[in-house]
Amino acid sequence: MWGEFMDTTEKGKKAYGRAVDSLTPNSKLFSNCLKAFVTGGLICIIGELLKNGFTSMDFDEDSVSLLTNMVLIGTSALLTGFGLYSKLGKFCGAGTIVPITGFANSMASSSIEGKSEGWIMGLGATMFNVAGPVIVYGLASSILVGVVYYFVK
Amino acid sequence: MKGSDKVDYLKVFVTGGIICAIAQILIDKTKLTSARILVFYVVIGCLLGGIGLYEHIESFGGAGATVPLTGFGYTLAKGVKEEVDSIGLLGAFTGGLKASAGGISVAVLFSLLAAVLFNPKSK
Amino acid sequence: MAVKKGKQTVVFQKKIAIEATAAFVGKKEGEGPLKDYFDTVVEDAMYGEKTWEKAESKFVKNTFEEALKKAGLKNSDIDYLVCGDLLNQCSGTVFGTREMGVPYFGIYGACSTFGEALTLGSILIDSGGGKTVLAGTSSHFCTAEKQFRFPLELGTQRPPSATWTVTGSGAAVLKENGSGPVIESATIGKVVDMGIKDAANMGGAMAGAAVDVITAHFRDTGRNADYYDVIATGDLGYIGRDLAVKYLAENGYEMPSSFTDCGIEIFDRKTQDTHSGGSGCACSAVVFCGYFYTLLKESKIKRMLLVPTGAMMSAISGKQGESIPSVSYAVSIERQ
Repeated sequence: MWGEFMDTTEKGKKAYGRAVDSLTPNSKLFSNCLKAFVTGGLICIIGELLKNGFTSMDFDEDSVSLLTNMVLIGTSALLTGFGLYSKLGKFCGAGTIVPITGFANSMASSSIEGKSEGWIMGLGATMFNVAGPVIVYGLASSILVGVVYYFVK
Repeated sequence: MKGSDKVDYLKVFVTGGIICAIAQILIDKTKLTSARILVFYVVIGCLLGGIGLYEHIESFGGAGATVPLTGFGYTLAKGVKEEVDSIGLLGAFTGGLKASAGGISVAVLFSLLAAVLFNPKSK
Repeated sequence: MAVKKGKQTVVFQKKIAIEATAAFVGKKEGEGPLKDYFDTVVEDAMYGEKTWEKAESKFVKNTFEEALKKAGLKNSDIDYLVCGDLLNQCSGTVFGTREMGVPYFGIYGACSTFGEALTLGSILIDSGGGKTVLAGTSSHFCTAEKQFRFPLELGTQRPPSATWTVTGSGAAVLKENGSGPVIESATIGKVVDMGIKDAANMGGAMAGAAVDVITAHFRDTGRNADYYDVIATGDLGYIGRDLAVKYLAENGYEMPSSFTDCGIEIFDRKTQDTHSGGSGCACSAVVFCGYFYTLLKESKIKRMLLVPTGAMMSAISGKQGESIPSVSYAVSIERQ
């Protein structure tokens, strides 16, 4: 290429990519995993405590599940609103992304931000921006499971 | 009774912790974004629920298996199987949403409330 | 009339002085190492407005006004505006300047916009088409995250290579035969795509374009790094800067330790948690308009090469699997 001072051939790009990788510091994998392990485990323990608590109040199994979710999701939405969930997430990583609290955080954060474009086209339309694929592919795989189950059983 | 409760909590902690730690490895080591990892988790949870494996993880880890997003996939699978048992093939289409209806409705309501009550904040 | 030198460089024949500059920044920038060099620090990220986008436009409006005030000029004294920003359709600068009533050129160079604006503004003046140009740009952390990345309150983690979009606006008044440091020449960069797809490693994506334009500048002018007291890229950050040093050396140009980057200068790595440094159109703009311009005026440096760099991906190109092309402009500025 005319006047080319960087090697943009496939070979050049690969070498450049290797140089980028060697100069880019790695995230501290072990400490990140440890933090994710501990915080994810703690959130699950909170879930278990809630489950046991609601069960001891004589709710049936479905209600216990729903009530536990309500508390976890409600707390997550509240923390998101106060700007605290993102601070937690910075530290906990997957520990706050993977539990159902992360799902709620993605919906709350998207719609809080979308509010500036109005309640319908903003808030309403953006709520599932991040969480949407989970619902789409979750439902799709459940339909697959259902169909296979019908024919296999 | 107390003693065995505490052991259960340890299993909950470890199960949930491992599921999250695996996701952390995927985030740090691969170029997968968290959105893709979550889709992967919900689908795996659903498929493992479909073949009857996830219920063993749940009986071992309790909330450690149901609180992570894999648990959401498992809920979908359980719901779909119950509906197919009770109404046949069409149950494949109703079971998933029926089982997750509560969770999704709660999430929508609380997200709406949060958006109405709060304003975005800078960092 | 400007004269072309070599392949990509324009040497200006008229005396194009940077008569005055203004730099407004947000809270984080106002807590950084360069905090005393900015005209105004705006603590409220919303700047009293209802949306982030309106806030960014307010940064533009107030900064551009301040630059004019410092130059002792009114809107009617300016021949052309040359400006742009990161937002779709350059909303930041369009809405910020719509009441000025000045003939308008909207440009897009992503984070290299300030370099592009200085270059085009100088060519305009040198052509005789005008005598006074206001060149400026803006960026805002919240609007950039919203358009290109994730909701602000989403609990994600930023990798070590990530850079932090600077909130602020920088503007420079270019005046023929004015007083102040002059824009001596400018090298226009080519779009360079080194195949980097990681949007969390902007420095890695852009270093190629910086190396390309700096090499072109040296080849066209016959200079090397010793000619300048300071060479500063726009927002390569720590990783990009190291990459640039490596590849410039391969092209035969050793860079001195004074080779720096505006994204490195604007934030304190240890205390401000900004990972690989600052980025955004405003990064090079406020660091030059606040800091380097002051050094030039106070004779602490005599000649500098400002090399803003821009990553030219769109909000959807990454999702389509595209890599990140980049462009850069090298602007040579020296004391009269």
